[in-house]
Amino acid sequence: MRRLLFDGLTKPPLTEAGPDGAEIAALAATLDAGARAVLGRSLSIRQVDAGSCNGCELEINALGNAFYDLERFGLRFVASPRHADVLLVTGPVTKNMAEALKRTYDATPGPKWVVAAGICAVDGGLFAGSYACLSGVGAVLPVDLVIPGCPPTPTALLTGMIALMAKGAAKG
Amino acid sequence: MSAPDTPAGSGLAHLLDLGRPIGDLRPWAAVEVGAAAWVAITERIAAGEADLLALWGEPGVVRLALFDTATRRPAVVRLSCPEGRYPSVGALHPPAIRPERAIRELVGLEPVGLPDGRPWLDHGRWGVRTPLGTPEASSDAGEPYAFLTAEGEGLHQIPVGPVHAGIIEPGHFRFTANGETVVRLEERLGYVHRGLEGLMTGAPIAHAATLAGRASGDSTVACGLAFARAVEAAAGTEPPPRAVWLRALMAELERLANHLGDVGAICNDAAFALMHAHTGALRERVLRASATAFGHRLMMDRVVPGGVVADLGAEGAAAIRALVGTVRAALPALVRLYDGTPSLQDRTAGTGRATAALVARFACGGPVGRASGRAFDARRDLAYPPYGSLAFTVLVLTAGDVDARVRVRIAEIEASLALVDEILAALPEGALLAPVERPATGEGIAVAEAFRGDVLAWVRLAGDGTVARCHLRDASWFQWPVLEAAIEGNIVADFPLLNKSFNCSYAGHDL
Ligand code: SF4
Repeated sequence: MRRLLFDGLTKPPLTEAGPDGAEIAALAATLDAGARAVLGRSLSIRQVDAGSCNGCELEINALGNAFYDLERFGLRFVASPRHADVLLVTGPVTKNMAEALKRTYDATPGPKWVVAAGICAVDGGLFAGSYACLSGVGAVLPVDLVIPGCPPTPTALLTGMIALMAKGAAKG
Repeated sequence: MSAPDTPAGSGLAHLLDLGRPIGDLRPWAAVEVGAAAWVAITERIAAGEADLLALWGEPGVVRLALFDTATRRPAVVRLSCPEGRYPSVGALHPPAIRPERAIRELVGLEPVGLPDGRPWLDHGRWGVRTPLGTPEASSDAGEPYAFLTAEGEGLHQIPVGPVHAGIIEPGHFRFTANGETVVRLEERLGYVHRGLEGLMTGAPIAHAATLAGRASGDSTVACGLAFARAVEAAAGTEPPPRAVWLRALMAELERLANHLGDVGAICNDAAFALMHAHTGALRERVLRASATAFGHRLMMDRVVPGGVVADLGAEGAAAIRALVGTVRAALPALVRLYDGTPSLQDRTAGTGRATAALVARFACGGPVGRASGRAFDARRDLAYPPYGSLAFTVLVLTAGDVDARVRVRIAEIEASLALVDEILAALPEGALLAPVERPATGEGIAVAEAFRGDVLAWVRLAGDGTVARCHLRDASWFQWPVLEAAIEGNIVADFPLLNKSFNCSYAGHDL
């Protein structure tokens, strides 16, 4: 173990530069103006799988690896909706999960933002029209930001989440 | 029904011989039987003469797929039930109970004698009953679920989920504990039921393949492969050799990514973050090499009926070779780290034992099975191309605990690295795609070994380029119930660790 830890000190970090500023600015323009003022430079995120195939979860989990290291941006995942500013929702919203999703939203203190990640969450994707699904997060909750992709790459997710924080900075 | 009935007690092979062979299913042997023979075959499965691979229904017909443990051959048994009733398999063989609960609520067939009449995937929210049979409008207000009771002094219940504390899929766990010790765990699943098989019904083959690739995102290559092979079997399509080898390459990359992720995640749930940090970076490298080689980090939609839609170029091959070198160089230090950290092994060794008897009974695939003495790997035991011409070892351990499941995964990482080398060296040139002929009808069945075990796909083509019916069975169906047993007598705090060491799919199970 000592060798591994020592290597960690001596070798350059894997962590890469953050996403490109123009992309972030473009996404930020789509967001509510009040976000920045309230959120400052940090976001507590509660992820909710509302019927994902788990592909989106894999990429959201990847945000924590050494290459992306999302915590350096002030982003962190929290275990309870009561600690969250943002709900990051994946999946088309299955009818069996709709109530749990609503309850999670209700348990999140305001002000709060909802991000729909992955094409399923955006509009139901391939699952729209199924007897068992609603057509995306918007069918249940007010959505502030969408991050399409199947699944969205970690870079796309990171860009979206940083945009959520950066929005207000542009305004003032 | 004209199929012959047979006296109970005959051997399984004999029973199968007595059924009426059905020619429209390829490539496995398939027989139509009457109700008495169905029960006799069920008894043989319950006696351990065969593994139950799958059990599924459609209006008027129920089918089971089995793996004869003596001949090591698979077979499909079909029973017509025009009255909508058939003798329950679960009545004699508990692994069939959950599949039959699903058959009952999705298709509307009644498994007579089914010991558990509660709904399973249907939470009373769909606004429709028996959606894959004769759909009937119903309430969508939700129905309360009757959890099993456990009584005794000092027992308390801990409900967890469906929304969990981490970035994981939704499901509900109901623990009954005596102090710290779990005396019963009951799972309730179905939260991510998306109606996948319903969406496949009547869908063009290519669209159905896209859906199959989203049964369980972490196994998108394996699910896509099982579906593609089932369609090809039904249609009599032979995928080109290069496609066959590229599929195996993608499948091994998928296995590498998932096993690396799991080894780290298991250690992380034992509060050992260092391993997670290292394997997480390696996993990321696998996904990046996959993206370079095949244009998608998870390689979704690359395997299609008839072949593959992404070729491997020089840049991709170089990325994969570099990846293999990196992982191979990093692995020994990580294995030493695991072996040399007593505080970590204190958590994993002896925790969450799945007994060999239970694992054999449920025919658990993947590392869950192979860590508890079940020597089954679909790549070898139901060998499909190109694995018949590849040399690889399948490690089987018997301890059945979290530690054994970690060690099996580590061995499989090493085996997959060697397989990737072999595949790259042997990769033939040529076409990527053979057309699936349009008028193709008939049924096909196939398995593929995903990182968590064998996934099975059965499909019937309609003849007009669409899927008449499809059934996908993830390995998780026969692993989830064993998880309930493996936690008994362990402390509540070890559940995340144990759960991660199984890493069953919610999406793949719920569909
Ligand atoms: S967007 Fe794609 S990866 Fe995400 S849940 Fe939907 S199908 Fe899966």
